[in-house]
Amino acid sequence: MEQKYIPFTEEMKKDYTILIPNMLPMHFTLISKVFNNYGFNTELLLTQGQRIKDTGLRYCHNDTCYPAILVIGQFIDALQSGKYDTDKVALIMFQTGGGCRASNYINLIRKALAKAGYAHVPVISFSFSGLEQHPGFKLTLPMLYRMMYAVLYADLLMLLRNQCTPYEMKKGEAQRLSEEWTDRLANEMTSGKMSYKKVKENYAKIVESFRNIPRAEIKKVKVGVVGEIFVKYSPLANNNLEEFLVNEGAEVTVPGLVDFCLYCIYNSLMDYKIYGLNKKTYHAYKIVYKFVLSKQRDIIDIVKANSDFEPPTPFTHTVSLVQGYIGIGTKMGEGWLLTAEMLELADKGIPNIVCTQPFGCLPNHICGKGMMKPIKEKNPNINIVAIDYDAGATAVNQENRIKLMLANSKG
Amino acid sequence: MQEIIYSLGIDIGSTTVKTVLRENDKVIYEKYERHMAEVRKKSLEMLEEMRPLLGGKQFCVALSGSAGLGLAEACGIPFVQEVFATGEVVKTLEPETSAVIELGGEDAKILFFEGGTDERMNGSCAGGTGAFIDQMATLLDMSVDEMDALSLNHSKIYPIASRCGVFAKTDVQPLLNQGAKKEDVAASIYQAVVNQTIAGLAQGRKIRGKVLFLGGPLYYCQGLRQRFKETLGLSNENAVFPEYARFAVALGASYYAVKAAKFTDIDTLSEKIVSSISASVNTGRLSPLFEGREEYAEFRARHAGASVSEKDISTYSGKAYLGIDCGSTTTKIVLLSADKEILYSYYSSNRGNPVEIVKEQLRHIYGLCGDRIKICGSAVTGYGEELIQNAFGVDLGLVETIAHYTAAKHFLPEVDFILDIGGQDIKCFHIKNGAIDSIMLNEACSSGCGSFIETFARSMGYSIDEFAKKGLFSPAPVNLGSRCTVFMNSSVKQSQRDGATVEDISAGLSVSVVKNAIYKVIRATTPDELGKHIVVQGGTFYNDAVLRAFEQELGINVIRPSIAGLMGAYGAALRSMKLESSTIISPKELDSFVHTSKSTTCRGCTNNCHLTVNTFSSGKKFISGNQCEKGLGLKVSDEQAPNLHKFKRDYLTALSSEPKKDAKGTIGLPLALGMYELLPLWHGIFDSLGFNVKVSKMSTKRTYEKGQFSIPSDTACYPAKIMHGHVEELVEDGVDAIFYPCLTYNVDEGDSDNHYNCPVVAYYSELLGGNMESLSNTNFLYPYLNINNRRELAKELYSYLAPHFNKISIKEIKKAISKGFEAYEKYMKAVKAAGERAIAWARERGARIMILAGRPYHVDSEIGHGIDKLAASLGFAVVSEDSVCHLAEHQDVKVLNQWTYHARLYRAARFAAENKDVELVQLVSFGCGVDAITTDEVRSILEEKGKFYTQIKIDEITNLGAVKIRLRSLIGALEQ
Repeated sequence: MEQKYIPFTEEMKKDYTILIPNMLPMHFTLISKVFNNYGFNTELLLTQGQRIKDTGLRYCHNDTCYPAILVIGQFIDALQSGKYDTDKVALIMFQTGGGCRASNYINLIRKALAKAGYAHVPVISFSFSGLEQHPGFKLTLPMLYRMMYAVLYADLLMLLRNQCTPYEMKKGEAQRLSEEWTDRLANEMTSGKMSYKKVKENYAKIVESFRNIPRAEIKKVKVGVVGEIFVKYSPLANNNLEEFLVNEGAEVTVPGLVDFCLYCIYNSLMDYKIYGLNKKTYHAYKIVYKFVLSKQRDIIDIVKANSDFEPPTPFTHTVSLVQGYIGIGTKMGEGWLLTAEMLELADKGIPNIVCTQPFGCLPNHICGKGMMKPIKEKNPNINIVAIDYDAGATAVNQENRIKLMLANSKG
Repeated sequence: MQEIIYSLGIDIGSTTVKTVLRENDKVIYEKYERHMAEVRKKSLEMLEEMRPLLGGKQFCVALSGSAGLGLAEACGIPFVQEVFATGEVVKTLEPETSAVIELGGEDAKILFFEGGTDERMNGSCAGGTGAFIDQMATLLDMSVDEMDALSLNHSKIYPIASRCGVFAKTDVQPLLNQGAKKEDVAASIYQAVVNQTIAGLAQGRKIRGKVLFLGGPLYYCQGLRQRFKETLGLSNENAVFPEYARFAVALGASYYAVKAAKFTDIDTLSEKIVSSISASVNTGRLSPLFEGREEYAEFRARHAGASVSEKDISTYSGKAYLGIDCGSTTTKIVLLSADKEILYSYYSSNRGNPVEIVKEQLRHIYGLCGDRIKICGSAVTGYGEELIQNAFGVDLGLVETIAHYTAAKHFLPEVDFILDIGGQDIKCFHIKNGAIDSIMLNEACSSGCGSFIETFARSMGYSIDEFAKKGLFSPAPVNLGSRCTVFMNSSVKQSQRDGATVEDISAGLSVSVVKNAIYKVIRATTPDELGKHIVVQGGTFYNDAVLRAFEQELGINVIRPSIAGLMGAYGAALRSMKLESSTIISPKELDSFVHTSKSTTCRGCTNNCHLTVNTFSSGKKFISGNQCEKGLGLKVSDEQAPNLHKFKRDYLTALSSEPKKDAKGTIGLPLALGMYELLPLWHGIFDSLGFNVKVSKMSTKRTYEKGQFSIPSDTACYPAKIMHGHVEELVEDGVDAIFYPCLTYNVDEGDSDNHYNCPVVAYYSELLGGNMESLSNTNFLYPYLNINNRRELAKELYSYLAPHFNKISIKEIKKAISKGFEAYEKYMKAVKAAGERAIAWARERGARIMILAGRPYHVDSEIGHGIDKLAASLGFAVVSEDSVCHLAEHQDVKVLNQWTYHARLYRAARFAAENKDVELVQLVSFGCGVDAITTDEVRSILEEKGKFYTQIKIDEITNLGAVKIRLRSLIGALEQ
């Protein structure tokens, strides 16, 4: 079947189910609720397992990056499951654009769909750079606001959960609490109005509720996880890395999604500064940048004021760390942010780092593996292991290497 | 009195189990054995052996090793990571050690102790270890000991790709087929392991001082030790090969056992290991190949139909026709009667010396024929085609695809799809209207082929037949993935951890081979895409498990001829039936047949090709290894076909400027990656600014080797990795500054949605700056620039250069930029004009045109491996993508068209699609992520217009033989 661009129409909005691939369970649950609140019927795909990889491999070029294989596998697996009316279903994919081959995900998904006989299924690209037109899927400012809060909420929950889980007296309590909050916040977002005052109150309540989890006073090895955005976050892609690390007795730190959003916005500013591009939008981006920064600042302040939890690092500080390592013009994939996050972790006293990437990830040759030598030279205490993820790579090899990093753990 | 503590360390690696039992500090038992995938069984056996020492005693125990991980979890035994364990041992026993190199079955490790401990393991894609040495020994048809002994008598070292086992194999195979000395090949294999360890693991960190060598391979292989010592320049005192080399990890585990202090007794431990077997998981398994014996019998009966009749050679008299298929790993011979009956057939490994095999066989056949049978025609096909044809005076040399199609047609006249899985390669092609329609061959790095199963079977102690049979009735085959054989090895390890049996592994391997062929080589998702009448062949399909897996995966029945492995030879014999009399060597000549081979280096040009000169008693010579005709001692004809790759190389290397007396300094420009496109621009700018400009020389293998030690990411593409050598060269030249800017955006040619560079081309300087120590004393300039906005460019360049060099004004820079762009535009114009001239030349003579398409840097003589010259020697007028893309309209594509280079590629594809006399061959560098997208697109642009798509994957490898076969297949298909 011929591969086509099918716009998502107003008509479709009424009774189509929009499937969302899963990268971050909490974040995407909240985002899905925001969409639904605006009249869409979205569903987050929570499927797991070998079948997803196999399906992905069957429908796309096997040398394509692993996240693409997984996303495509998850979509087609869902369409083939019989659970959905494939004439009433659409897919959505979040992407950032840019010089990395990842900007081709939408097209690869369409190609794969055509191959699998689903060329009629619309694929919505969700992107701020507005690459395509979908009349039935328009972003409004209030919607974007809510999505931003969804990300901020989920980042906070992830942060606190990660800091509680290894120490909790009752196993699973922090996870349960974070899920409870996810539900509660999602419902709150559904009910019409949203005041920032309320959001800040929620932040404080969230912090308090985690503070109240009884925790043991034991010392754990602190391990940070950085890398390509999909394999860094998605348990499906990284073979449940966080869980593995926790079981090995580590406290895991994963930088938040808002940093990645800020990175994208910041790059638009740099496009102007470095290349003289985006002259027209520069000031608008600058306003957005400052706005999101202030939101991150608020969370940091609230965490600090209400607990001993380690707050997120201010993005401005993260940016400043790469000075002398990599140019901030490096903006494909995770770009300089990846280097920055390794340095940020070290700066925070977390010298043990797993740097994750899909096998053969082009930007990571430079920003990940390529920066390890200079990082190690200037931070002799740092202990990084680079792990490649792939449909053909095995957990045993990955775990064995992570174990080596843990055996040499510091801090 | 001090209490006696018994400590047991068990190290279970991918292939072996090692145990060490200590009584306090004294080792009282140690053992090293292969476990043949039966980890638990072997561990229990060893434990039983220790019963006299341990019976009734309490002892502490710890496990280590990649395959020990799962067992430790299942049994609740303390586990210590093996590299860490090694580190602890070395710190205790040899505290003055500065580095440790440890090679295991599948892992390679390096430990540095000077200036802070640093412990490293190989990444996911690096197979040059024990398993690799085993595979290579199989390839040479000898034991590891024999190979080791031979290697000590080598006289030269061939370059063998060192990054990955599979690649190395594609280098070794042709060497053998070309008749290189086994002594030299053996040593070269070891050298590849050494290079890989140093380049892949040390990554620029110097290995010096006292170095300890550990692990099984380094304990057993003297030749390997020698290569390491020589390469690292270590003295006898500093290269230490301790007696406990094999046991270091197990010893470390026993140390750890004491620390962990978990005591147990022998019965409890045995019990734990036994009970862990039942607890092992069977998740993610595949469905069985056969439900039972009955289903298998039915399957056998169905396939028995496709057979060829035979005739007794001892009674036949009359004409006969000989077909030889000299493949990469096996030699196949068929002798046919005038009625196409098989009189004689032969199938065997060519044991690294196909000439000898064919000689023996011919002698044997002549004996059988006597005076009754006369050979009236002969033909040879396969890798060794030219060698055998020259050696024995065989009448015809055939392209493989043609030979195979001829044979398949004999079994199934309406055949429309042929899949051949041989020892080393997979070939498949569609047949449309009685002609070969499209050809797909496996890439160098997906050779999940027959020889892999065979090597694997051997390493587990089975013959290939036994091993294949075991898989037929596995209830739960393991899923081993299909990326590449190195990954498959580690998947096997993973499955062992999950308690898989040999049966499950055997079946799983068969499924993997099939999946690799279908999804990676053919790129099909449904059986319809293949065809209705499918013939499968090649030695690998003798394996019923593979055949069954193929039918199961696609859900269709196919034809497997009874002579599946002989099809090439059979087809060759059929083809030779049109001949009346044969030029093949006479029995008398055969008696005095002598074959010698000698290796030498061609001095025809700067490529320095390694040549193998075969001399036969007839006085005939056959030379291989050459990239062009020069090596053959031939005079290059006066009228050469145009070659745009050469044109571009000549143009770029000729860019020079007179040394200036009062130069502002000397700027070095590395001729690699994006510089291949923009050299005229930067050269023009710096020249005009009053600098002396030094461009690094065209790459050679030596360039790569020079910079190889500072490459941090071994899966990056070769064009990027070779950059390190160019920069080293410029540093050695003592330039004042080296310039390679970061360009997120390439030249905007207005033909695509955006005009990016790929991340590697754009930002590789960042990596160079961070990883190349030699740059610390050189000014390395890599500003972020926008070349599409001259004002911005001037501003940025000025603010960047002014602090480094005095006396540069913005005005000068603006002028220089204009000059630079003039030079760049002049270059692009010249390339396009040359492209047009080449096409006109070809059309005047009715010659074929080949767009050898890729990226600008693929014209580099090392990166392109002289494929352009090869294509020209085959009669093509060779043009590049950027020299013809202007001749076609904009091409719409189904993917995001956002890279400048790729937009040209798509247009060039359109040009080929629209012109009958133009073929496109796409060069793809291994590891180029972007090409995972472009290749499918280019293929569909061409195939929509009924054109052939040919892809050549290139890396460090120099296996021109395979490329030649591919190009000849293309010509063969075009000429039908």
